[in-house]
Amino acid sequence: MYLGRVVGRVWSTVKNAEFEGQRFLVVQPITPEGANVGKCIVCTDMTGAGAGETIYWVRGREASFALPQPEVPADFTIVGIVDELSIKREAKP
Amino acid sequence: MQLARVVGTVVATRKDPRLEGKKLLVLRYVSPEGKDEAGYVVAIDTVSAGYRETVLTVSGSSARMAEGCKDRPVDTAIVGIVDSVQIDSGSR
Repeated sequence: MYLGRVVGRVWSTVKNAEFEGQRFLVVQPITPEGANVGKCIVCTDMTGAGAGETIYWVRGREASFALPQPEVPADFTIVGIVDELSIKREAKP
Repeated sequence: MQLARVVGTVVATRKDPRLEGKKLLVLRYVSPEGKDEAGYVVAIDTVSAGYRETVLTVSGSSARMAEGCKDRPVDTAIVGIVDSVQIDSGSR
């Protein structure tokens, strides 16, 4: 699973029927510190996340397991909203 | 899914028989703002996308779940045509 931040939405009328009723959110992958890293992706969403929220997402075939219908052609799905992150850093010598 | 723009078509006569009858398009990945990003990809089209349209692509084994792609050797499929993208300013 990977950290990201919701930055927008995508609307699509013509799409595979399995996606009916699904929300597509634009997600910017981030580091634990909150810095942007890599390209934006479009995720299906199981959590009701909104703009600006930190979330985590799964990629690959597993992304469709998170959705109610089993055989959805999804490769990125938001599976959780992050409440808090705690990173322990080694003290520099 | 990733955003991409249709930039061309591919014609192939000799190919895996399970790909017969499938439309192949050349895509360029784009950012949510519509700017070109690095990389091109050839994808199976399941939604009848047209030239210059922005589309949603799935890659990897999930692409085989796209309409009509079950048990076919496909790793990138177009699964939706994008109407609009809304970016919430301030959250980038």
